[in-house]
Amino acid sequence: MNAPAIELRNLEKSFGLARIIQGVNLKIAKGERHAVIGPNGAGKSTLFNLITGRFAPTSGGVFLHGEDVSGLKPFEINRRGLSRSFQVTNIFSNMTVFENIRCGLLWTMGYRYSFWHMIGRQADVTEKADEILAQINLTQRRNELAGTLAYAEQRALEIGITIAGGADIILLDEPCAGMSHSETDLIVDLIRKVTEDKTLLIVEHDMGVIFDLADRISVLVYGEVIESDTPDVVRASARVKEAYLGASLEEEAM
Amino acid sequence: MSLASKTPLTAGTSRLISLSNTMPWAFAALFLLCLPFVFQSNSALTIMNQMAITIVFALSYNMLLGQGGMLSFGHAVYMGLGGFFAMHVMNMVEGGLWLPLPLLPIVGGLFGLIFAFLIGSFSTRRAGTVFAMISLGVGELIAACSVIIVVFFGGEEGISGDRTMGPPVFGYEFLTQQEVYYLTIFWLLLATLLMYLFSRTPIGRITNAVRDNEERAEFLGYSQRNVRWISFCASGFFAGVAGSLFAINFEILTEENLNLATSGSILLVTFIGGAGFFVGPIIGAVVFTLLQTVLGLHTELWSLYLGILFVSCVMFFPSGFAGLVAMHRRPFALGKLHLLIKPYLKAAIPVVTSVLSLAAILEILFHKRHGYGGDHEMVLYGIAFDSSGYQAIAMAAVIAAISLFLVSRILPEIRAAWDSANHAESRT
Repeated sequence: MNAPAIELRNLEKSFGLARIIQGVNLKIAKGERHAVIGPNGAGKSTLFNLITGRFAPTSGGVFLHGEDVSGLKPFEINRRGLSRSFQVTNIFSNMTVFENIRCGLLWTMGYRYSFWHMIGRQADVTEKADEILAQINLTQRRNELAGTLAYAEQRALEIGITIAGGADIILLDEPCAGMSHSETDLIVDLIRKVTEDKTLLIVEHDMGVIFDLADRISVLVYGEVIESDTPDVVRASARVKEAYLGASLEEEAM
Repeated sequence: MSLASKTPLTAGTSRLISLSNTMPWAFAALFLLCLPFVFQSNSALTIMNQMAITIVFALSYNMLLGQGGMLSFGHAVYMGLGGFFAMHVMNMVEGGLWLPLPLLPIVGGLFGLIFAFLIGSFSTRRAGTVFAMISLGVGELIAACSVIIVVFFGGEEGISGDRTMGPPVFGYEFLTQQEVYYLTIFWLLLATLLMYLFSRTPIGRITNAVRDNEERAEFLGYSQRNVRWISFCASGFFAGVAGSLFAINFEILTEENLNLATSGSILLVTFIGGAGFFVGPIIGAVVFTLLQTVLGLHTELWSLYLGILFVSCVMFFPSGFAGLVAMHRRPFALGKLHLLIKPYLKAAIPVVTSVLSLAAILEILFHKRHGYGGDHEMVLYGIAFDSSGYQAIAMAAVIAAISLFLVSRILPEIRAAWDSANHAESRT
């Protein structure tokens, strides 16, 4: 099957009279690293929330591997192989780092709603969780409470939880927000490593990260995609410069 | 408890229970088995049975509150319905149905489960305020039904039964309080063990995950509603078990067993004990039952003290008694627990005298106002005096003031000792 991993068809979302997403069409091929950029308030987060089932679209559809998932609940979409992170760190702060990862594994490893297994005695789950901890460089912090980790570590943990379930489509919402340069470099390496062979859709404000990481970039302005192409084309596009980069230059000037 | 220790399980599971996990259970079982040799009177056995029932009920409630983050104001519904059905089945046994008494809690549990399944199907859709409101509404509804549907609930006087009519079990017919005690603690241990194991399963862990962050859990593939629903059903089952044990022990159930007051008091019990800990509700149930029965013998104001205890718990130690104990884990791990002993001992006497003198003020006021027909003779703490004058109350007030002053003087010392006991030599 050659259906795109994510396809948006005439996707629209209104809150009352405010039309936040105004007919977005987008195809993201399997294995592609796709970035969405746009000025504040362009609707990037709303777009994410539509794809992941947090909101139901007003009209139009979301298709994963050719299957219509519009209006499904987040957990139903997650079971179809899509996982996401959040703009504001969203982890289980009262659990240990290891426990966080384990919670991400239980569903896909078949333990689901089981009340006939003892947790902690599933060698396969423990092994997989430790593998992921090593990947995200948190093995040292394994048994600490997630809420006590440093900010950058919490972000890494969130990426760990996001990929733990083995989803083949990963959505990351501003994974580098609020990080220093060196931390950003580390997290970009991490993202590259853990999303290998997977489809990645990322929203990020740090242009360096975007142009470094993405195969293709879509530019969202006032709920419409004004450009969707390779980084070089987007960088050169006059429309983008006018609508987005111009705006961000103004922001910087202020 | 060793029956499960050799059961082989699939999927990388070596053994269900290891030896180190078995020890506390074995000790608990031994302790409970020996208790009747220490406390032999029937009233003591009744108190212990009541305690056991409250423990099972409170633990089942904590599956919702502590582990699932579901604040229920109507948990007595499942205990009560389980109990009423168990009572009717007990009466059917009298009519010829074959069912040994020790199996009755399963019947009550199943009815608790059925009602939790039905009511949970809509009440667990949302957590938080919505869940709390629905639980309150359902609680009121069922309590109202219990007065109206006399055929089933027996109206004002409730329904009663006779536990001794079933087939004898190994020659026991449950005529004596002691036999009932052993039946009750068997179920206490079994239910506690099962609830403990439930908290250690994947669903138990995901229940915590949904409690902490339902959105994140949804993006891990879990339907928050289903997770809550399953916990709710399990909780309903054990509440039904508690209800059946009540039916067996007291042989009578009334509207009181499923009304909102009972739902409220189990919330109190769980909170005072510490909802964040598995043992919390156990501590809470023991404290509550002692207050209710032992203190209740000496004063009519016991529920006022319970209320004061609850309010001070919410305000000063929201993680309950279990939390107070758990706070000392860090000083203990650092080997600095001894630093706290001296200030604690110093504070002990003024704390006790301030509690006793404050209670004395309340008691004297109460006696003054409600003493039977001009009876001013009052005995408190073994001292007889006249409650009508102002001397006694003034004396209590003076003692209270002095004790509270001393407590306030010792507090900074405790605080300083606490700080140093919680700091490692070299801070990491």
